[in-house]
Amino acid sequence: MLNKDRWKEIIEVLSRNVFRTLATAFGVGWGIFILIILLAAGKGLENGIRADFGDIATNTMFMWSRSTTKAYKGLPKGRRYNFKLEDVQAINDKVPNLRFISPRNQLGGFGGGNNVVRGLKTGAFNVYGDYPEIIKQEPMTITQGRFINHNDIEAKRKVAIIGEGVKNELYDKGEPILGTYIKIQGVNFMVVGSYKKKNNDGDGEEGQKEIFIPFTSFSQAFNMGNNVGWMAITAKDGSSISNLKERIVNVVKENRKIHPEDKRAVGYFDLYEQFNRVESLFGALRWVAYFVGILVLLSGIIGVSNIMLIVIKERTKEIGIRRALGENPWSIKKQILMESIFLTIISGMTGIIFGAAFIYGINAVLDSVGPVDMFVNPSVGIGVVAVALMILIVSGLLAGFIPAQSAIKVRPIEALRTE
Amino acid sequence: MIEIKNLHKSYQMGKNSLHVLKGINFSVEEGELVAIMGSSGSGKSTLLNILGMLDELDEGSYTLDGVPIKNLNETKAAQYRNKFLGFIFQSFNLINYKTAAENVALPLYYQRVGRKERQEKALKYLEQVGLKEWATHLPSELSGGQKQRVAIARAMAAEPKVLLADEPTGALDSKTSYEVMDLIQKINDQGNTILLVTHEEDIAHMCKRIVHLKDGVIVEDKKVDQVRAEQYV
Repeated sequence: MLNKDRWKEIIEVLSRNVFRTLATAFGVGWGIFILIILLAAGKGLENGIRADFGDIATNTMFMWSRSTTKAYKGLPKGRRYNFKLEDVQAINDKVPNLRFISPRNQLGGFGGGNNVVRGLKTGAFNVYGDYPEIIKQEPMTITQGRFINHNDIEAKRKVAIIGEGVKNELYDKGEPILGTYIKIQGVNFMVVGSYKKKNNDGDGEEGQKEIFIPFTSFSQAFNMGNNVGWMAITAKDGSSISNLKERIVNVVKENRKIHPEDKRAVGYFDLYEQFNRVESLFGALRWVAYFVGILVLLSGIIGVSNIMLIVIKERTKEIGIRRALGENPWSIKKQILMESIFLTIISGMTGIIFGAAFIYGINAVLDSVGPVDMFVNPSVGIGVVAVALMILIVSGLLAGFIPAQSAIKVRPIEALRTE
Repeated sequence: MIEIKNLHKSYQMGKNSLHVLKGINFSVEEGELVAIMGSSGSGKSTLLNILGMLDELDEGSYTLDGVPIKNLNETKAAQYRNKFLGFIFQSFNLINYKTAAENVALPLYYQRVGRKERQEKALKYLEQVGLKEWATHLPSELSGGQKQRVAIARAMAAEPKVLLADEPTGALDSKTSYEVMDLIQKINDQGNTILLVTHEEDIAHMCKRIVHLKDGVIVEDKKVDQVRAEQYV
């Protein structure tokens, strides 16, 4: 491989007809360029959509109670029921591999009336009773103070964490919020923190107008008993919530005396499944990019193969001389293959460099015009470059194979006869 | 050195078979300088190609330096050619993008001789043919006679057992031809075995032995008094 003479010869052969070499190289470079651009565009779309999912723990399901649709154990159909705190414990005991089970209660929302008062100001906000873990399932940035902690839960403290949107409506600009009181449906809560969510989709505004209070305080203040409105359940990394949801729902059905075949009694939303659906879309996009890119590359490779055949034709006599002088046929084959691989790799790398430069340019433009919907940071990883390089080596081999084969088929005597 | 017994060779030309060599018996001792003569179509080039392992024989046997040359695959043939034979062609057949020295070093390269040693040897043989100063020139910068001398140096570089020359003077004017023959004679004087195909009488008489081929058989095989080419140079 690292044979100076061989390399010298490769350079000599390829530089003998510079225009032809460049034209051939362009074919391969263009193919790789297209492949890189397509993959980067797919990645940009993927990044954009992922950004919409944000930091939400995607391995999560939400579960809420509905009416039963089957009579069971002497209970009528059409019965309303509530999840209870025991259900949370039961799920925890019976279903493995769960990371968080957050029972939640909620006030307001869905266009509910004004429920929060501070001095002369009032507002309608969603009020959630939550456990501290919810911040890991539904990420938010604490801008001031703190979030709910377990002491709050234990002591049933009447504390509240308010959104930036709530702050803007209930407070004057610059007014300190920590330690102040707001009245939620007639009950005073002390504000101990504020948060900001970075959702940028349509619910962004809504997302900032929420108030979080400890689950236990919520239950006590608003007479919930041990009822649970709904739950957010996250599975551990490595096991998927989609596989566990059946068991979770069954635990609840058993506890709440719901017919095991009642499919409508427990409502749930599997975020992971949605997320996976999008994931598989990305997979398909990547596949299309590879497919199209490799097809384009293929035409470049055929070009290389063609040129190598012509080169061999031109060098028939030379090959004959070399064989008469005692060059091993394998050595000739190796030479042709190396020329072909060298040509494909050099031109492919040029294509990759141009592709990278192009992507860099696109990114610069994106940065300067601000975020574009569903398209963030198109890029290709070093892994893709490695794959592209592998493709190039293989295709160089393929392109050189037929010409090399025909080169060693040249019988020295016939080669020398061509004048 | 060379031992040929009952050699037959025919070519398939469409439906007709062309019988080119019809039973050649022929041997060459070490240090001989043999001219193979004959009109075109007499089979002399075919004989040389078979001797050079560039072509295969149909029937008979061929022994070179005690080694039977039979059923060689291409790799083996290449190896034997490199080890046993040096070729000199009518059209020189230098590789035109390599310098004179690189051309001479080529057979050594195929023997996997180290780079430095290759260069030294190439220069040594170029000096022997009187072209040391031309070592870095490309074939296109050399005259016909110079090219042939480079080709001779190349044929010698691998120190083969036998030199095979196919009309080495065919493309040269008579003065240059004699220069080349003078060189060939001097190489022969050093003890090298040389086989030379020609159709020129004067060139043939500069060899020590003349073999006449006609219609695929040897019609005459005689020793001659060598005419030294030196006197014409």
